[in-house]
Amino acid sequence: MKLEYIVGAIAILFVAQFFYGLAANPGSEFGGADGAAEDVISGIDPSYEPWDPGFPKFEPPGGETESLLFALQAAIGAIVIGYFFGYYRGKNQSGQ
Amino acid sequence: MHIFEGFLPSPWWQLWFAFSIPVILFGMYRLNRLVSERREIVPLLAVAGAFIFVLSSLKLPSVTGSSSHPTGTGMAAVLFGPAITSVLGLIVLIYQALFLSHGGISTLGANVASMGIVGPFVAYAFYKAASKVNMNFYLNIFLATAIADWVTYVVTSTQLALAFPAGGALTVSGFLSSFTAFAAVFATTQVPLAIMEGALTALIMKYVVQVKGDVLVNLQVLTSEAVNKLKGAVG
Repeated sequence: MKLEYIVGAIAILFVAQFFYGLAANPGSEFGGADGAAEDVISGIDPSYEPWDPGFPKFEPPGGETESLLFALQAAIGAIVIGYFFGYYRGKNQSGQ
Repeated sequence: MHIFEGFLPSPWWQLWFAFSIPVILFGMYRLNRLVSERREIVPLLAVAGAFIFVLSSLKLPSVTGSSSHPTGTGMAAVLFGPAITSVLGLIVLIYQALFLSHGGISTLGANVASMGIVGPFVAYAFYKAASKVNMNFYLNIFLATAIADWVTYVVTSTQLALAFPAGGALTVSGFLSSFTAFAAVFATTQVPLAIMEGALTALIMKYVVQVKGDVLVNLQVLTSEAVNKLKGAVG
């Protein structure tokens, strides 16, 4: 259980750094760093326009659909991980 | 680390494709061979891919007041090597580019290079080197993954600074000035996330050792003595 305690402590420190960040950046919405890089680009080259390679793509209409797709991504991954760990664990126990 | 669609001008997006495509092809070849020779690793491959899926979907807040996400590639890199990891990274990046308008098709080459190739390569190289000097397995995984996560964002900063050097022309000082600006956004934000990701990867590897230690021996990640020692430890 030792490693679990260490990881738990790191998770608590992670939450602490978030609250520190919250206090240090009042009014920040914690937007994506990817988007912040866009601002850096327009600071360096204000005339740059992103070009369109013309691939058909789907853009989520809003934050709700986007969060749905991100949640689906996480859920699918979590199911796969949980399924195989359970499978291995059960197999090990029945083999003993 | 996602460079958005259209945000890399010519010739940079082509150059990053030229960098990534050979590695992807080699990774597909390695993946095919591994899967046909060792059917028993397929579930572990699925778990490593799923781990990338989960971690790269989590947008975590950082002390800088921005959010960013872990990459999740450290586990696959240590288990299967960077070439196979690049294929797994490609799958996740295509999903995010097509359905989430996160990243893009034109920038796929560059995004695979940072998240799928250079970061995992660093994790793999670090893990192998630290194994040689008998570093504690979980500390090794933690450091290899955290460093790889962070390096991924340093690569993104480099890619953007090469494409957008300050002053317009690509000079050393223009590159460095832009790199500093991009790294301030990415690399600083990423430090707490990299630490968290390293810790989570160490934890999931602990469970892999417990339930499927023999596969780690087959993949030459650990010796069988090391697996027995880790299993026996009350850790």
